[in-house]
Amino acid sequence: MVETAEIHSLVEQAFPGSEVTVEDLTGTGDHFQVIVLSPVFKGKTLMEQHKMVYATLEPLKDKIHALTIKTRPL
Amino acid sequence: MSANVIEKIKSEINADKVVIFMKGSPESPQCGFSARAVEILQSTGHPFHSVDILANPDIRAMLPQVSNWPTFPQIFVEGKLIGGSDILSEMHEQGELKPLIDSAFKK
Repeated sequence: MVETAEIHSLVEQAFPGSEVTVEDLTGTGDHFQVIVLSPVFKGKTLMEQHKMVYATLEPLKDKIHALTIKTRPL
Repeated sequence: MSANVIEKIKSEINADKVVIFMKGSPESPQCGFSARAVEILQSTGHPFHSVDILANPDIRAMLPQVSNWPTFPQIFVEGKLIGGSDILSEMHEQGELKPLIDSAFKK
């Protein structure tokens, strides 16, 4: 079980100055949606952006069953 | 062993213009993300090749290293990874997916 706050802080540390929204989609602490708006995404492909978010959450990957990612340059 | 799996993965990736590595089959997807991806691919009106990673644990273990993408499903167009279900959804919503797949089938 993962807390949304834990994901939020990992992502926020990795992408300073970004807007981060984390939602527990099922209330079971293992299905999440993460939305990240960050200036560092500028000029990067969606695949590169998503890969960066996956990398940030790597430490939690065995605890998260499903992850929906949305990213946008800010 | 792993060299064989890599060869197997490469031949699956190139088995058709559009290939999806998914949990379950298009008729019976075993995960919501895979189901969504199949639905989107079907909406393009083109055929696609699917590989069930639950039935192929060797591919499941090795593909993320080969493609450098950590999750499933994974969708390839003309041998090139375009992403997972979130990116597929987004390309579909932006109207970018069908032109990409249409052009693959024109070649």
